[in-house]
Amino acid sequence: MPNMSLTKTPAEEQAPLVRNQNFLEVSLGYTPEQAIEEARRCLNCKNKPCVAGCPVNIHIPEFIAKVAEGDFKAAYEIISDTNALPCVSGRVCPQENQCEERCVRGIKGEAVAIGRLERFVADWYLKNISAKPEKPQSNGIKVAVVGSGPAGLTCASDLAKRGYEVTIFEAFHTAGGVLVYGIPEFRLPKAIVQSEVDKLKALGVDLQLDVVVGRTVTIDELMEDGYKAVFVGSGAGLPMFMGIEGESLAGVYSANEYLTRVNLMKAYLPDHDTPLKRSRAVAVVGGGNVAMDAARCAKRMGAEKVYLLYRRDEEEMPARREEVNHAKEEEIDFRLLCNPVRILGDERGKVCQIECVRMRLQAPDESGRRAPKEVVGSNFFLPVDAVIMALGTSPNPLIRSTTPGLETNRKGCLVVNEDTMKTTRDGIYAGGDAVTGAATVILAMGAGKKAAQAMDEYLSQK
Amino acid sequence: MVKIVRKKELNPTVTLLEVEAPLIAKKAKPGQFIIFRVDEYGERVPLTIADHDPVKGTVTIIFQKVGLSTQLLGDLEEGDSILDFVGPLGAPTELPERVGSICVIGGGVGCAIAFPQAKENHAAGLKVDVIAGFRSRDIVILEEEFKANCDNFYLMTDDGSYGEKGLVTQKLQELIDSGKKYDAVIAIGPIPMMKFVCKTTEPYQIPTIVSLNPLMIDGTGMCGCCRCTVGGKVRFACVDGPDFDGHQVDFDELMNRNAVYRDEETVQREEPHHACRLEQMGKKLIP
Repeated sequence: MPNMSLTKTPAEEQAPLVRNQNFLEVSLGYTPEQAIEEARRCLNCKNKPCVAGCPVNIHIPEFIAKVAEGDFKAAYEIISDTNALPCVSGRVCPQENQCEERCVRGIKGEAVAIGRLERFVADWYLKNISAKPEKPQSNGIKVAVVGSGPAGLTCASDLAKRGYEVTIFEAFHTAGGVLVYGIPEFRLPKAIVQSEVDKLKALGVDLQLDVVVGRTVTIDELMEDGYKAVFVGSGAGLPMFMGIEGESLAGVYSANEYLTRVNLMKAYLPDHDTPLKRSRAVAVVGGGNVAMDAARCAKRMGAEKVYLLYRRDEEEMPARREEVNHAKEEEIDFRLLCNPVRILGDERGKVCQIECVRMRLQAPDESGRRAPKEVVGSNFFLPVDAVIMALGTSPNPLIRSTTPGLETNRKGCLVVNEDTMKTTRDGIYAGGDAVTGAATVILAMGAGKKAAQAMDEYLSQK
Repeated sequence: MVKIVRKKELNPTVTLLEVEAPLIAKKAKPGQFIIFRVDEYGERVPLTIADHDPVKGTVTIIFQKVGLSTQLLGDLEEGDSILDFVGPLGAPTELPERVGSICVIGGGVGCAIAFPQAKENHAAGLKVDVIAGFRSRDIVILEEEFKANCDNFYLMTDDGSYGEKGLVTQKLQELIDSGKKYDAVIAIGPIPMMKFVCKTTEPYQIPTIVSLNPLMIDGTGMCGCCRCTVGGKVRFACVDGPDFDGHQVDFDELMNRNAVYRDEETVQREEPHHACRLEQMGKKLIP
């Protein structure tokens, strides 16, 4: 008899006003008992609507059935069959728009907490099973993966499991891409990312750090060097700015810079050298997940006041509901329908105020979206000593400008066949933000997976 | 991880390191830079490549020990390794087309990266004049190397203790006044020097290339820390530069942005020896 509770089994969290002073993980995850209780809410539907909502097609009802039986090891094996990074996706996936959105239990009451269960299983395995995966029999074919973010790691994992000799080239000194420089420790502990990378190494994947493809080596040189196919998962690129007065003052950051200082360079730890100005009042501009991450980091870095400025209203925010709620609980001051028009500096060129104007949403246009419009004369000032712009990114030009024959679209994103992720050049595949522009971790993982499949087909026909 | 094969103290605060980095040595072109990280706690710091030898597979960097990271780097010895060494980054220097005669101007430790510009262009058959400026005789670097790699070498010191007394801009003005025709000027040094070289060449419309040194973290076109205003537009030194048309650069803004972490720089890792002149002067005033 299933558990017919209409609500998800709650997972414990650090109290908001405690956690906004530390970088420890916010959600503490399920205990085995809680996991079994929640797993028993799954109806094990025949047509599995949840699986269709998953970009990497995890066999969801099957793994949940194993959790309900208390066989967590078997549950893990089912997940890892299709998902290379379960510890990661269990934490950062927007399940509410994917698997959980389609869950039958969600029609009346809350969906099964598929994300929490995935995370529980992955964490349980990491903690209790020490066996590393074994290196499969090699087929002797060399393939290269550019970038070690979610797309690259997934693609590398799937290719290595098929016997390919995979080398990942990573520009940074640490593997993980956005998982290490962007997503903060309190949402995704870096030790967990490292454990996923270690699993890849156990599969025989060679990880070359500090290699910037496009500069240190080009894709064509890799192919001359015997790599038979290349996957480009080089990620999103340069941050965008608003183009308003004062954006070059000292104390104005892109979210990428702010998060990189905190997460990758560990500015929050006193024994690391990379500095970050201690700010008292911070304005974060934007309404996506990156804006939430930046605001919550700023609070943890000791800011007394953190404003989140967004030009539309809360319903239009692209950030996950959970992130918005977490941020509010942590006393981030949401100023909605509000847009910066100018940043003011003091006599030393440092940020001291931000001037904003109130916005009003107009009637929905043809696309159905309500465009914001300035309310004339409604300008006001907020005293801040730092401003973080979280407005998205434009693709990195390095690969496209050094690889002849790779087509990009108007925005500079690599053009691919959506079924195979193949670029406009034979043997070169791409996925993740380099193709889509800023999107989610799980979509990048899905793209890496699809590309691995197509690369395998291409290479086995050669 | 790269191994240091040669170390040379060029003057009390400027050090040369030659490291084994064959991939970078094969690719490097004048104007490009590397990013180093001394150890797992270290910052990522950019340094322009001073020289490279594709045959030996080595890259040479020359740096002034001005802050924590360069101090730690300077403490390493031959045989030691640098944890991370990435490059070559940035776009190589591009001279305007059909250039026959150029003037390369270096200021202080900036001469270290002005040198490959002189060497490469001289070897390519261009007429190359070099003006190198230093505060005083005791910090002069690369004099012999420059002399061997240019047509005319002018050495200037602020205090007149060596070469001619005066600023590089005075020498440049003098050369222009004496009828020298330069098709382009490359200026690399402290921000005020580059700014005033540009002011000197502007009336004559001599294309002037400057190498900017903004704060940087990733150096690969991701974080946006290195943004500069050039021609009224936001440009990123790590991928769009580090070379820019000097007549378009907002130098005052760059100077302001580079000063952001000056306070923090001095308080980390148990007060390392600090070579910043301003700080030394401050210590004399407030013992």
